[in-house]
Amino acid sequence: MLFTIFAALTIAGAVAAISLRNLVHSVLSLILAFAGLAAVYLLLGAQFIGFAQILVYVGAVAILIVFTILLTRNDGTFGTSSQASWNLGALIVIAVFGTLAWTIHSSAALQHALPPQPEATMQQIGTALMVRFALPLEVIGLLLTAALIGAATIALHEKQERP
Amino acid sequence: MTALAYNSLHHASPQAADQIFLIVQHWIVSHAPAGLQSLLAILLSVVAIVGGFGLLFAITTILERKGLGRIQNRYGPNRVGFFGSLQPIADAIKSLTKEDIVPQTADKLVHLLAPILLVLAAFSVYAVLPVGRNMVLVNLDAGVLFFFAIGSVTEVAVFMAGWSSRNKYSLLGAMRAIAQMISYEVPLILSSLTVIMATGSLSTVTIVEKQAGFSRILPHWFLFTPWGFAGFVLFMIAATAESNRSPFDLPEGESEIIAGYYIEYSGFKFALFFLGEYLGMFAISGLAITLFLGGWNAPLPFLTWVPSYLWFFAKLLTLIVAFIWVRGTLPRLRMDQLMNFAWKFMLPMALLNLITAAVWHFMPSGPVRWLVSIVLVVVPYTLLGRNQMHKSHLEKRVYRFAE
Amino acid sequence: MTPLSSCLMLSALLFSVGFAGVLMRRNAILILIGIELMLNAANLNFIAFWRYGSAPEALTGVMFVIFSIGVAAAEAAVGLALIISIYRHRKTTQIDRINSMRG
Repeated sequence: MLFTIFAALTIAGAVAAISLRNLVHSVLSLILAFAGLAAVYLLLGAQFIGFAQILVYVGAVAILIVFTILLTRNDGTFGTSSQASWNLGALIVIAVFGTLAWTIHSSAALQHALPPQPEATMQQIGTALMVRFALPLEVIGLLLTAALIGAATIALHEKQERP
Repeated sequence: MTALAYNSLHHASPQAADQIFLIVQHWIVSHAPAGLQSLLAILLSVVAIVGGFGLLFAITTILERKGLGRIQNRYGPNRVGFFGSLQPIADAIKSLTKEDIVPQTADKLVHLLAPILLVLAAFSVYAVLPVGRNMVLVNLDAGVLFFFAIGSVTEVAVFMAGWSSRNKYSLLGAMRAIAQMISYEVPLILSSLTVIMATGSLSTVTIVEKQAGFSRILPHWFLFTPWGFAGFVLFMIAATAESNRSPFDLPEGESEIIAGYYIEYSGFKFALFFLGEYLGMFAISGLAITLFLGGWNAPLPFLTWVPSYLWFFAKLLTLIVAFIWVRGTLPRLRMDQLMNFAWKFMLPMALLNLITAAVWHFMPSGPVRWLVSIVLVVVPYTLLGRNQMHKSHLEKRVYRFAE
Repeated sequence: MTPLSSCLMLSALLFSVGFAGVLMRRNAILILIGIELMLNAANLNFIAFWRYGSAPEALTGVMFVIFSIGVAAAEAAVGLALIISIYRHRKTTQIDRINSMRG
C-alpha cells in the first residue's frame, strides 16, 4: 500500500521533471522523485541508502542543477526535438520499456517470493566499508576529489588575455 | 503498565519526576481503544514536540529582543504585559491578522509551498533528538545521518522561496544562503564525525548513553577532550552559519538585500519563515548538546536527581543565549571572508580534528595523550589563524566613491 | 506480483522515463536530469535484489549503491560544469545548436 503511494509519487515526479516547460519546475519535480525513491528505499529496509539519497540527491545534486539553471539563460523554448525524431524517440522508449516489462513478467526466478534479507545495521555497513570495501572507498574518494577539481577548473572563468 | 504508572505517581520519587511525561503519555494511551494506541502515542509525542518547541520559540523571541536591547543600550519591547513579557502573543496575533501579499508575477504554488516545506523539515529533525531519558520519538539506527539529510532539505525550501518571489533581492539572498549552507555543511558534518568515530554509532540515543558517568567530578562529555572541544567550537561556528545567524547573516543582510529570500513574504507565511529559522537553530543546538555536551546528562554527580529533560533545556537555553550574545556583539562578514573562512580555516581544522580524535582513540589514556592531542589542536589553529591574518592587510582604509 | 517484481517494474518505469527525457528533450540540463533518473533506477534494482534476492553474499547490493551514489555525484558535478562552460562559449544549452563540429 505505502509502496504503491511512494512509487506513484516517484513516477509522477519523474514524468513531470522531463515534461515541464519551466526548468526550475523540472528540478523541483525531480526533487519529488528523489524523495519518493528515498521513501521506497526506507520501505525496503535500506535506511542508510534512503538518507544518503536525500542528503546527496536532494541536498547536493538538485541544488547543483538549480545553480546551473540560474547561471545559464534558458530562452523559453520548449526544447523538444523535431517531430520525426520525437516519434522515433517515443518508439524506442516504448520498445525498451516493453522489453524490460516483458522480461520481468516472464522471469521464472521472480515468480516465488523469497523471504526478505535482514536489514543492514549501520554497524555492518561501516565494518564492510572499512574492511572488505576499503579499496573501492578510497578509489571513490579519489574520484570525487578529481571530479571536484575538474569541475572547478572547467567552470572557472577563462582568463581574458588574448594577444 | 498502568498500575505501575499509578504506583510511581504516588511515590513522588526522582524517577517519577524524570519520567513524568512518559507516565502521563502511558496513562492517556491506556484509555484509548486498542487499535489506536500506537498511533495515539506517536501523535502525543508529536504534539509535545510541536508545543514544547513552539513555546520555546515564543520565549526566545522575547529573550532575543530584550537581550539585544540590553546590549544596544535600549529597553527592547516593554509595552505588552509585565516588562513586555506578553510581546510574543501580540506578535502572533499581528502576524495572523495581517494581509497575505503575494507578488503578481510570483510562482503562486512554489511561493506557498516554500514556508510549509521549511517548517516541516525543521520540525521533523526533532524526531531523533533525545530531549530526556527515554524521551526520543524514534531511535533511528542512522539518527545523525537523518538529521543532516532532513537539514539539507532546508536549502531546497530557501531556494523555492527566493526563486518563486520573482524579486532580484530574494533570489540573491537565496543564492547567498545556499552557497553559505553548502560551504558550512562540510565542516559541520566533519566536526560531528569525530563523535561518531568515538562512539561507533550514528544513533543519537547511543551517543548520549556513551557520555553518561563521571570521573571524580568531571562528566564524560566529549566537550572535555581536546578533539571534542575543538569539534564543539567548529560545530557551533558552522551551526551559526547554517542557521543564517549573525555574524553569518549575509543572506538576509537588511542593509544590502533588505531581507534576503523572504522579502516577498508577509503575514502568516513570514511568521512561518521566522519559526522555521528559529526551529532550525534550536535543532542544531540540540544536536550539539547531544553530540558534545552529554545530551540530557547532569553536569555534576550530585545533581543527577534533577529531571533529565530540565538539563537538556537548560543547556539549550545556554546555547540560545550564546547565539543572542554573538548576534549582539559581532559585525557581519563579507562574502569573500565567509567563503575563505569556510574553506581555508574550518575545513582543514575539521579534517585535522578527525586525526586528533583518531590519535586520542588509539593512544593509552594518560597525560601523554592529553599533551599530544592538545598540541595537535593548538598548533594547526595557530598556524592557520596566523596565515589568515597575514592575508588580510590591516592598513588604513582608502575610500573610493562611486563616479 | 511479488515484492521483488513490483520493485523491478517501478525501476523499469523510472528508467524508461529517464530514457525518454534523454531522447526527446534537447536541453542539456534536462538530458542530465534524465541520466540521473536512469542511474536512480539502477540503484533501486540493486537495493531490490539485495533485499529480496537469494544472495549468499549479503550487503553487496547496499555497497554497490553507496559507490554508485558517489559516482553519480561526481558525474553531476562534472556534467554541470561542462554545461556552464559550453554556455559561456555558445550562449545556449540546447544541444542541437551546438553543432559546429559537424562535418
